[in-house]
Amino acid sequence: MSAASTAEPAFVAKTKTGRITDFVDSRVGGSGILREFGRKVFPDHWSFMFGEVALYSFVILLLSGTFLTFFFDPSMAETHYSGSYVPLKGVEMSVAYSSSLNISFDVRGGLFMRQVHHWAALLFVASVAVHMLRVFFTGAFRRPREMNWVVGCVLLILAMAAGFTGYSLPDDLLSGNGLRIIDGVIKSIPVIGTFISFFLFGGEFPGSAIISRLYMLHILLVPALILLMIVMHLFMVVVHKHTQYPGPGRNDNNVVGYPLGPVYAAKAGGFFFIVFGVIALMAAFFTINPIWNYGPYDPSPVSAGTQPDWYIGFVDGALRLMPGTLGNWHVEQIFFGHVFTFNVLLPALVPAGILFTVMFTYPWIERWVTKDDREHHVLDRPRNAPTRTAIGMAGFVWYCVMWAAAGSDLIATHFGVSLNDVTYWLRALFFVGPIIAFIVTKRVALALQRKDREIALHGRETGRIVRLPHGEFIEVHAPLDEYKRYKLVGFESPQVQPAVPNEHGVVTSKEKRRAFLSRWFFEDRVAPATPAELEAAHGHGHDAVEAAEGTKSLTH
Amino acid sequence: MGNHSDGSPNHSGTVATAGQNEVEKFQDPGIPPHRLRLADTDPRAAKRAERQVALLFGISVVGTLIFLVAYFAIDLGDDSSIATIRLQNTLLGIGTAFAMLGIGTGIVHWAKALMPDHEVSEERHAIRYEEDRQAAVRIVDDIVEETGIKRRPLIRNTLLGAVALAPLPAIAIFGDLGPRPDDKLAHTMWAPQDGKRKRLTRDPDGTPIKASDVTIGSAFHVIPEGLNELSEGKLNEKAKSVVLLMRLDPASLNPSKGREEWGYNGIVAYSKICTHVGCPVALYEQQTHHLLCPCHQSTFDLTQECKVIFGPASRPLPQLPIAVDDEGYLVATSDFHEPVGPSYWERDSHERSINS
Repeated sequence: MSAASTAEPAFVAKTKTGRITDFVDSRVGGSGILREFGRKVFPDHWSFMFGEVALYSFVILLLSGTFLTFFFDPSMAETHYSGSYVPLKGVEMSVAYSSSLNISFDVRGGLFMRQVHHWAALLFVASVAVHMLRVFFTGAFRRPREMNWVVGCVLLILAMAAGFTGYSLPDDLLSGNGLRIIDGVIKSIPVIGTFISFFLFGGEFPGSAIISRLYMLHILLVPALILLMIVMHLFMVVVHKHTQYPGPGRNDNNVVGYPLGPVYAAKAGGFFFIVFGVIALMAAFFTINPIWNYGPYDPSPVSAGTQPDWYIGFVDGALRLMPGTLGNWHVEQIFFGHVFTFNVLLPALVPAGILFTVMFTYPWIERWVTKDDREHHVLDRPRNAPTRTAIGMAGFVWYCVMWAAAGSDLIATHFGVSLNDVTYWLRALFFVGPIIAFIVTKRVALALQRKDREIALHGRETGRIVRLPHGEFIEVHAPLDEYKRYKLVGFESPQVQPAVPNEHGVVTSKEKRRAFLSRWFFEDRVAPATPAELEAAHGHGHDAVEAAEGTKSLTH
Repeated sequence: MGNHSDGSPNHSGTVATAGQNEVEKFQDPGIPPHRLRLADTDPRAAKRAERQVALLFGISVVGTLIFLVAYFAIDLGDDSSIATIRLQNTLLGIGTAFAMLGIGTGIVHWAKALMPDHEVSEERHAIRYEEDRQAAVRIVDDIVEETGIKRRPLIRNTLLGAVALAPLPAIAIFGDLGPRPDDKLAHTMWAPQDGKRKRLTRDPDGTPIKASDVTIGSAFHVIPEGLNELSEGKLNEKAKSVVLLMRLDPASLNPSKGREEWGYNGIVAYSKICTHVGCPVALYEQQTHHLLCPCHQSTFDLTQECKVIFGPASRPLPQLPIAVDDEGYLVATSDFHEPVGPSYWERDSHERSINS
């Protein structure tokens, strides 16, 4: 599709590809699309690849998953294994587990496809998560991309749902215990929990319906929703055009980058094969989910050191951290003859609820606090938005503490420490960790901003020490060229927006709260260096620069 | 940003000419000048890059061949060993990896080394134009106006009511996904059947356990007699009725009032299903008499009737009252006196009806 052509009668394409393009176009149309997109400019940055990794792992999931459906039988009927894996010969198990074993041991390449599918799933959720971190820390969720951020959040939830429904399908011991935990969590829901549990499992746990129900969700409903969301996501990317990192020549009115055809398309298309290749390497060398080691699901045994797939870990970790009793006081309470299982309900719902609520609403929270309703197409470097970066890190650390708690037993055995102590520490970190992360991140971001100022005004350190005639030693600084300098100084530094009265001349309490948050956001700020300061610095301005670096700005 | 306070004490003095913007902010110098790559200037470098790309594509061909050879040449047969399968898996993976990485890195190298790498700038168009925007708002207003929905609240309110109720059948139709819970969770197989008390049998083979088999310090994984013979719902029953049987020094047990006769000679049986979220409490620490759930580390103290001493569980494990029958086998004298496993909304009323 190299030669874009328009279908005019007089026009005859000169090349063969041109004639094919013309042939297709004159029958199905599309020259307008090609004209619009054939040379569309995409900015390039390594951090933009995470979204691509997510997209490509999803494609790989569809391909490998389709292969697996040809051999997998989601029935929970009982059977006796007769495949070629000797240790399980004759063992009673479900047809689902038996067919998973057959995929692994009797279908050539079946084990490879299972491994590819599982690794791609882990990578899919991971790349969605990292992509979202990138979007958050660079402020790419700001207007006009708030809706796309929401679509992304939905995609994260769907990715986790796809992962979990698939994880349970082989009906092995490990995933069966995972389902039992889910059943326990569902039963803790007030009023309707028992009913939901019975409806989900078609009766008592484990019943004989759950695998086929999860299978339908896993291969039809959830992927269809993911596909729909991806289409919306990419459509909006096209409508908005991609964001770009700040730098010389880049502003909110342009896109600087490579044209889609050929460079960007080649890089992005080639990258699909690289992602596929890396997943194939992982599938070749690292065993994932060796279900034959776990055995079929049986409600009685459980293996020590059990772990869920990584993306469910934070919920499992929260379940572990919650104490069931405080002294002699039971967290589970009975009111009016009904059980409130707070020791399960709170950790299962509250942290995930807070995380996702803040995630979904954050673009609007920040817009309200900053009163910034302009369109942004140039990203923030994380250091240039210290409070947002600190909020993000606080949330990230909170998540990681819960995630680490899901491996508390492994931490204890690997490092030879007491399991109880690990739990006590993680309980403390659950509350203290985000606060420490916030303070440290904000200070680091401000320090990096000061370093940027220093470099912009004095140039980069050369490491060359010169002795002056009167004996003083100085280090020679090499001035930056104007492009590099602009990268360090060309950013917006928002300021505190004090409370303003509304049309009735009243400062509402909501406005006061907003002003308070605004001060919390922007009170500590490092202003970008100005030409005047550069001039002063050149006149030998160490003192002047120090003075200009005051972090508390005056509000007026 | 109209306001440029940046805390700098000396921004008024030095440069005070031109437009105010120039004073306060650095001018954007524009896109940096394009720098040519080696392959742009040196034909030999370009030729070298071309050969490298071709080599990478060649590696991909080799990878595809490795895959095909591994697929057809390694015979899994009927009694393939784990080693054979692992070998085939590794070779299939390496083959695919080479095939894919060869193409991928080849294309990317081609793009980076040989395709034009001029950064270009494109104008962003507004997502919408003011004219469109106003027209759109007007159209929506007109549509709403023509329906008359604002002037006819009767229509609006009945429609809202109808639409609000219409999804109810869509929810109700899922009513047959499962049976009503009733009190199914409150009972297990341990209840004596026709006056015959169930023996405690070994998990998984179902052989009965004699009291004399249980030495001090030992522990048994137990299922009720007859579980393995169930034709259906075996796992459902097993999920509720699995029990851990342990023998301690009778002096170290501290049975509460009414539970003195629930054990036999220091032998006690407790539900194996964690009261937290239902994992099997499978780890018995013989020295400390603690039971530990490997899923979320709830710890129960056997000497205090399995009271929770650590972790997220809130209730003790239910105890199964046991005795010895005429032949010396351990039997359950009754079902559990409370529902086993994780808590649920109706649990307390079930417990009260069991004990009434």
